Amino acid sequence: MAVQQTTYRDALRLALSEAMTKDENVIVMGEEVGRYGGAYGVTKDLIKEFGPERVIDTPISEAAIVGAAVGAAMTGLRPVAELMYVDFIGMTMDQLANQAAKIRYMFGGQIGVPMVLRTQGGTGRSAGAQHSQSLEGYIMHTPGLRLAMPATVEDAYHLLRQSLQQPDPVVFIEHKGLYTMKGALDPDAAPAGWGEATVLREGDDLVIVTYSRQVHHALEAAETLAGAHGINVTVVDLRTLNPLDFDTIRPLVEAAGRAMVVSEGVMTCGVAAELSARITEECFDFLEEPVVRVAGEDIPISVSPLLEQNSVPTPELIVDIARKMFA
Amino acid sequence: MKNTTLPQLYEDMRRVRTFEERVGELFVRGKSAGSMLHLSIGEESAAVGVCAHMRDGDTFTTHHRGHGIFLARGADPDRMMAEIAGKESGYCHGKGGSMHIADMGLGHLGANAIVGGGIPSVVGAGLSARHKKSGAISVAFFGDGATGQGILYESMNMAALWKLPVIFVCINNQYGMGTRIDQATANPNLHERAAAFGLAARTVDGLDVEDVADAAADLIAGAREGRPAFLSIDCYRFFGHARKDKSPYRDEAEEAEGRKKDPVLRARDKLISDGLMSEAELDALDTRVASEMDGSIDFAVAGNEPQMQSMFRDVYAPSQPEPEPVRTRLDRILAQEPR
Ligand SMILES: Cc1ncc(C[n+]2csc(CCOP(=O)(O)OP(=O)(O)O)c2C)c(N)n1
Repeated sequence: MAVQQTTYRDALRLALSEAMTKDENVIVMGEEVGRYGGAYGVTKDLIKEFGPERVIDTPISEAAIVGAAVGAAMTGLRPVAELMYVDFIGMTMDQLANQAAKIRYMFGGQIGVPMVLRTQGGTGRSAGAQHSQSLEGYIMHTPGLRLAMPATVEDAYHLLRQSLQQPDPVVFIEHKGLYTMKGALDPDAAPAGWGEATVLREGDDLVIVTYSRQVHHALEAAETLAGAHGINVTVVDLRTLNPLDFDTIRPLVEAAGRAMVVSEGVMTCGVAAELSARITEECFDFLEEPVVRVAGEDIPISVSPLLEQNSVPTPELIVDIARKMFA
Repeated sequence: MKNTTLPQLYEDMRRVRTFEERVGELFVRGKSAGSMLHLSIGEESAAVGVCAHMRDGDTFTTHHRGHGIFLARGADPDRMMAEIAGKESGYCHGKGGSMHIADMGLGHLGANAIVGGGIPSVVGAGLSARHKKSGAISVAFFGDGATGQGILYESMNMAALWKLPVIFVCINNQYGMGTRIDQATANPNLHERAAAFGLAARTVDGLDVEDVADAAADLIAGAREGRPAFLSIDCYRFFGHARKDKSPYRDEAEEAEGRKKDPVLRARDKLISDGLMSEAELDALDTRVASEMDGSIDFAVAGNEPQMQSMFRDVYAPSQPEPEPVRTRLDRILAQEPR
């Protein structure tokens, strides 16, 4: 297949449709995924291609959707369950954390739960405190769950294909602010491997480690820092938070001596806290400054667009903090 | 309790309808905060009919389509509109918006954007009412889609077990987003499920607000005496799920048929045919309501944006320290002298 210009949303759909064509055990289930085509349009028309037996509309029953996916995965299907918003993950947490995540371990390795839970998170649509969170920390905090968070059009496609190859449950979190983002996609090009981070920009002065939409904020900030302030930044896109590719991060931080972690999730006990602790532990002797976490404020998200936008990292904030690291 | 005569019920429904029409305009003008706006046009009899029999001190929770219910309980449309516009002058200072509006003074324990999320609170409110012998009831308003949530059944069981002064009101507008009720439930006779828990359970046609109000009167009277109840109100959601949804999942013929179930027009026609109000009187009333709601739009649009510092307020009680802003924390760390 040739290189195509596409959107994050359509790249996800292509990944699903190809996986379903290749493997008849792949099924998609969730609220509005069929006739409606998904709240954010990702599963549009899949029902026409694969029928209602494989693209299954469910009642508004999050706990049962995830629980049913667990059982289906244990008995030979490859379910892709959709949770309309990551905020609803709390309702499914027993099925996800106590069932899906622990089955392989508790049962002595007899069986795994190869399911993908697709959902979306993040801010940007003034959707209020119950529809705008970044809850990847909950997932990363649960041993047994894999976690993928694509930032680019290519990764929307490749990471979803890779998630569908995993032997264990994968939580796949899209960003609601990225669905209409355009980019080039070559489905045949060899992608970075599952669990590998990518370096999207190289610079000697500072390493920014980030994922999901904040990758774009970091890249924008890096441009400004290089252009206006002579600070050269490496930007690492983690792609998956579990597995976490520390082998890519370590030498970069050791070389630059300065590291910043950027995450939209709240700062306290969040993903950024974990990454920063890891970098500090492993690269301590090389650091010229404390690792800084630029993360979401420790508050719920407001519906007011003004408060919403300013409660998560912005390119301006990244630039500002980076400059202070060199002051 | 309110005056429950048809003229009053009509006026309350007209206010809800007009408010919602104005909210729709606010959205189209790009003045509402956010992408999420769910109008309850077509569902006015449910809000007004049930609220007519609620008293001061009663409490309630609503779902994401709850503007009409709150208004019917006496909300100030100015402060509601301002909240929907994300302004400081709104009920929740612009933090909640359309889906998270609340006012404890009016017994509104909160609108909820989690389907089913507000249902169990009424069990707790019922416990409070009984404990304090306040005579109050608590009402959970939710859509038919919420009947897919296990929490409803857990809550109904507790309410029945403990004989709480509680009512579960299901506003059955036939759809949860794009899914018709018969595509989401094995048994669309929703009251039968509630009856299985021992609740007083009924379904009523929402076309006629007086029918809704009568059913609510009965069930609420029972609830006040410790007989929890379930009321399902059949109606039709005139517009899409949210403001941008053009409802491609329903055909025009169905929508035209559905919109005939207009409780506001029905009440208007009845007022005229029963000789209770003249067309001229009704027109005057409608005009008065329209200008009230225009005023609310002006109030909302003119309101101030919240102050940035307010973002850290109310995470905890005012007596507690506010969270330290990320920027302050980072500035402090980066100001440290090197080793
Ligand atoms: C727990 C949860 N799941 C899904 C959603 C997304 N969602 C919002 S409203 C809605 C449909 C709800 O239908 P219903 O309860 O009948 O209320 P209606 O919209 O018809 O008033 C859905 C699926 C949500 N907000 N919360």
